[in-house]
Amino acid sequence: MSRISATFERLRASGRKALIPFVTAGDPDKASAVPIMHALVDAGADIIELGVPFSDPMADGPTIQRASERALKVGTSLRDVLGFVSEFRTKNATTPVVLMGYANPVEAMGLEKFTAAAADAGVDGVLVVDYPPEESEALTAQLRARNLDSIFLLSPTTDEARMESVGRLATGYVYYVSLKGVTGAASIDLTEVAEKIPQIRKHVKLPIGVGFGIRDGETARAIAGISDAVVIGSRLVQEIESSPHDKLLANLGSLVAGIRKTMDA
Amino acid sequence: MQMHDLPDSKGHFGPYGGVFVAETLIHALDELRTTYESLRADPDFVAEFEYELKHYVGRPSPVYFAKRLTEKCGGAQIWLKREDLNHTGAHKINNTMGQALVARRMGKKRIIAETGAGQHGVASATVAARFGMECIVYMGIEDVHRQAQNVYRMKLLGATVVPVESGSRTLKDALNEAMRDWVTNVEGTFYIIGTVAGPHPYPMMVRDFNAVVGRELLTQMPETIGRQPDAILACVGGGSNAMGAFHPYIPHEEVRLIGVEAGGFGIATGKHAATLCAGRPGVLHGNRTYLMQDENGQIIETHSISAGLDYPGVGPEHAWLKDTGRAEYVSITDEEALEAFHLMCRLEGIIPALESSHAVAHAMKMARDMSKDKVLLVNLSGRGDKDMNTVATHSGLTL
Ligand SMILES: Cc1ncc(COP(=O)(O)O)c(C=O)c1O
Repeated sequence: MSRISATFERLRASGRKALIPFVTAGDPDKASAVPIMHALVDAGADIIELGVPFSDPMADGPTIQRASERALKVGTSLRDVLGFVSEFRTKNATTPVVLMGYANPVEAMGLEKFTAAAADAGVDGVLVVDYPPEESEALTAQLRARNLDSIFLLSPTTDEARMESVGRLATGYVYYVSLKGVTGAASIDLTEVAEKIPQIRKHVKLPIGVGFGIRDGETARAIAGISDAVVIGSRLVQEIESSPHDKLLANLGSLVAGIRKTMDA
Repeated sequence: MQMHDLPDSKGHFGPYGGVFVAETLIHALDELRTTYESLRADPDFVAEFEYELKHYVGRPSPVYFAKRLTEKCGGAQIWLKREDLNHTGAHKINNTMGQALVARRMGKKRIIAETGAGQHGVASATVAARFGMECIVYMGIEDVHRQAQNVYRMKLLGATVVPVESGSRTLKDALNEAMRDWVTNVEGTFYIIGTVAGPHPYPMMVRDFNAVVGRELLTQMPETIGRQPDAILACVGGGSNAMGAFHPYIPHEEVRLIGVEAGGFGIATGKHAATLCAGRPGVLHGNRTYLMQDENGQIIETHSISAGLDYPGVGPEHAWLKDTGRAEYVSITDEEALEAFHLMCRLEGIIPALESSHAVAHAMKMARDMSKDKVLLVNLSGRGDKDMNTVATHSGLTL
């Protein structure tokens, strides 16, 4: 069983939901990348989504765009990101890590080389934002061969036929983006999410994570009540952006721990 | 499938093109694709488009023999397809008119567009005014400063220009920002992409609307010189004016198709926008195509004296025409383009756009080594009124 499936099994057994923080790797600098990952786990993260910086993050709002720019400014490459995961694995063998990014850096490395290196580094799943199911066959085949999970997005405008095709390709979990818009946009519409989840469950037999627009513990708790996992990105990236360097890990840690506490209460 | 009939149903031109966007945009693209597929076969829609092209855009545009320029080069005849005579001064309006009509059929009242030099922004603002639609134009802040006059033109036409401060603050970032707007406001908004790039169906749709250029040539050339030209030349930024001229000629294999990219300071300097000549395939802005990128797959900044060619990608159909050898791609430096610009002004009384000057410059190079009975047809994609400041600055003047 993959580390991701094992994590969801364990959570189910203890009646809890997954908390999945997203941060951009290399933001604000390369030296902080691995300490940030450990701080997230210590604060209660169940899975880490690690953003691979890209020069043209079309699906991201200003907050994550700026994170990408900061990471690129210090020269963070996909190779570096894989290095961060290897280093993280020397001290943590259980927390799944999912790489989330855009197609071009992955294609520049080459799909086969990338999936081999990702498996070696201890990556568990990959989400390429601009590979919808139709364009992702080659990558999913490579990932499957290495026992890595293929994570896909679903959106409020995804119809049932597409849910079914995502259900056939996806492994690990699926990620429902609850907003029409980019990351970090307005707040989430709980009623809409509550209506959509049962529809997704008809076609997708995997845990469902919900993200985009979740900014606090109360919302996380509400989302946890109707889904399997809560993804929080822009709010954490904001904390990284606004924290003085020597307070970064502490601030990020207490923010995530606070959300975890409210979510589980 | 014949090359002329591409893309396939998923938007692929060989390994290029496709739909590389986040799930949030898939539905909007599906809706656009189905609508456009039915409209392109709808005689009412085609008639409406042709009416607007004739009475509003001013088509057909003439073909013209550049006699003195030809004599100066002393070889093959150089002929010009006068897209510079269109309303708003470039080929761009062929496409914005077509897309605005699609938007109307879809009941969308808000138009968004990206622009670099401002030509596509102006052409979008123009059709939005013509049809009473709201128009928002995204433009990199660097370009807002460089192209102040076009910014003012857009405002006069009632459009809102939004400066984009992310990334390299130029055309590619304006496109990213327009996509983000579209995802957010997808219900009432129509995104008019300005070139044959973006996710399917855009490369096909933008090509179809510009293909009026090549279709006119197919009848104009035999009428004027008794045969088809030996080669058609066009500048390539994203590639819409070139694709429009080339596409109807793809089955006419005796006609060479030559795309002219921006060589900037020279390919060897790395400061250029000659994507097909010096780039590598990758994925950007919703399609797979050649890109200017570093070894880590990050998109790099390009340079050209002409803002309209200053783009790190290129339409996917050009990528396939290159790989299959049906079209050839070359580059022309800033200096060569400027020289052609000045010669056109003084020998022909035509002030060409700096973009189009690249195609003229390559035609001049070719003509010298060809006999006088050969015919080179240059798609003169636009006029150069917008380039006065750039050219003056280059000559050490301030206007
Ligand atoms: C006159 C003119 N020609 C050419 C271009 C380049 O676009 P494309 O390569 O899509 O024809 C532009 C773009 O602004 C333009 O204004």
